[in-house]
Amino acid sequence: MFRFRLDGTSGVPPYLQLVHQVRQSLLLGYLREGDRLPTVKDVAGDLAINPNTVVKAYRQLEHEGLAGGRPGQGTFITGTLSPATPDTHNTLRASLEKWLRDADAAGLDDEAVTALIAVARNDMRKEKV
Amino acid sequence: MTQGDGGGRPPALRTVGLGRRYGHVWGLRDCTLTVPDGAVVGLVGPNGAGKTTLLQMIIGLLQPTEGHLEVFGDTSPANSAEALARVGYVAQDHPLYHDFSVADMFHLGRAMNPSWDQAVATARMNALGIPLKRKVKTLSGGQQAQVSLAMALAKRAPLLALDEPVSSLDPIARLDFMREVMAAAADTGVTVVIASHVVSELERLCDWLIVLTGGRVQLAGPADDLLAAHRLLTVPRATREAELPGPAVHRADSDRHSTVLVRTGPARLAAQERPDWGVEPVGFEQLVLAYLQRPAGTSADDPAQAAARPEPTIKAVTR
Repeated sequence: MFRFRLDGTSGVPPYLQLVHQVRQSLLLGYLREGDRLPTVKDVAGDLAINPNTVVKAYRQLEHEGLAGGRPGQGTFITGTLSPATPDTHNTLRASLEKWLRDADAAGLDDEAVTALIAVARNDMRKEKV
Repeated sequence: MTQGDGGGRPPALRTVGLGRRYGHVWGLRDCTLTVPDGAVVGLVGPNGAGKTTLLQMIIGLLQPTEGHLEVFGDTSPANSAEALARVGYVAQDHPLYHDFSVADMFHLGRAMNPSWDQAVATARMNALGIPLKRKVKTLSGGQQAQVSLAMALAKRAPLLALDEPVSSLDPIARLDFMREVMAAAADTGVTVVIASHVVSELERLCDWLIVLTGGRVQLAGPADDLLAAHRLLTVPRATREAELPGPAVHRADSDRHSTVLVRTGPARLAAQERPDWGVEPVGFEQLVLAYLQRPAGTSADDPAQAAARPEPTIKAVTR
């Protein structure tokens, strides 16, 4: 049975942490279509977490098409997250490495790089909206 | 299990202008709240803020001086059998008779509570490996807390009130206690009110929040809504309160910039946001601490009054 964990210091809201863990486990192959997720009561009792938070996380997963409730049986994984193909992965990684070398040459340290990525990502999100 | 949508049962808790005076001093005043069935409520405030006063009125041990109070629609006066039956209560120091065995305590519970469910109480002790024959005084603090919780749950009351239930426990015992509370909330849908100093622990436990200071409600509502209604802005130091997209709850000034926690909505923020501002969402603990640091006497959820205040000079919120 899949088990969740909770990081009390991450600053990420608890329900999002649960959603992220399912997504990540799907990407890594630890969770597969048809797997049953633990009941709301089991998660609440295991993590000492508000059951409404678990319900909210499961609803979000249902909304994303990743999980679905079967009456009387529980919540099951219904979708897959297809990660990029290995080829796409390698291409992206190569261009990222080149970009990181350029950044290094320009004198940006890790913090500056992280800040720049955060700003760029933020701007992209704003454009989408 | 999930919060009621207002369709069926009455709200778990409804107060209008609730107040309690001790001699000349008001322990709590102007408290108006509606908490839905199935919520897990965090009740936060410094010592003397009115937490225990509110809790004692809810559990039917203290008669209000003014205002209206109902628990699941019931308005029975304090200390009546009806008022005492509607809430399960775990006090801070887990008052048990130390020379009694666990079984004796349960016997007492059964004698005092018509709705007592012995199976609930004994099943919990079995699950936790606490023998019924053991004397209370030989149990650890964590186990005593679990006995108190089992007795509160065996009452099968629709509301469970916990007054600083874990303040005396070590971290593992605290976690074990809260696991039991959350499992019970999931299992039976019992509404829970937890009064606590430990703000950092409340985020995972609560979906509803009440912040009290100086006998007044500073902030109350569903935690998600409250978080969504606030933003942390980084603005030039010269920015005046009137230029902000809502009342400032907390402001920390640096030489050139200020960090301001503002109560605002998406539409208002979009209309007033400036390109040189930084806008971030606010975390649960940050939000609670900001309201706890507001000067006493500032009133609840009252943007008009908050906006009219002069610039506060409170120190930065540190986590």
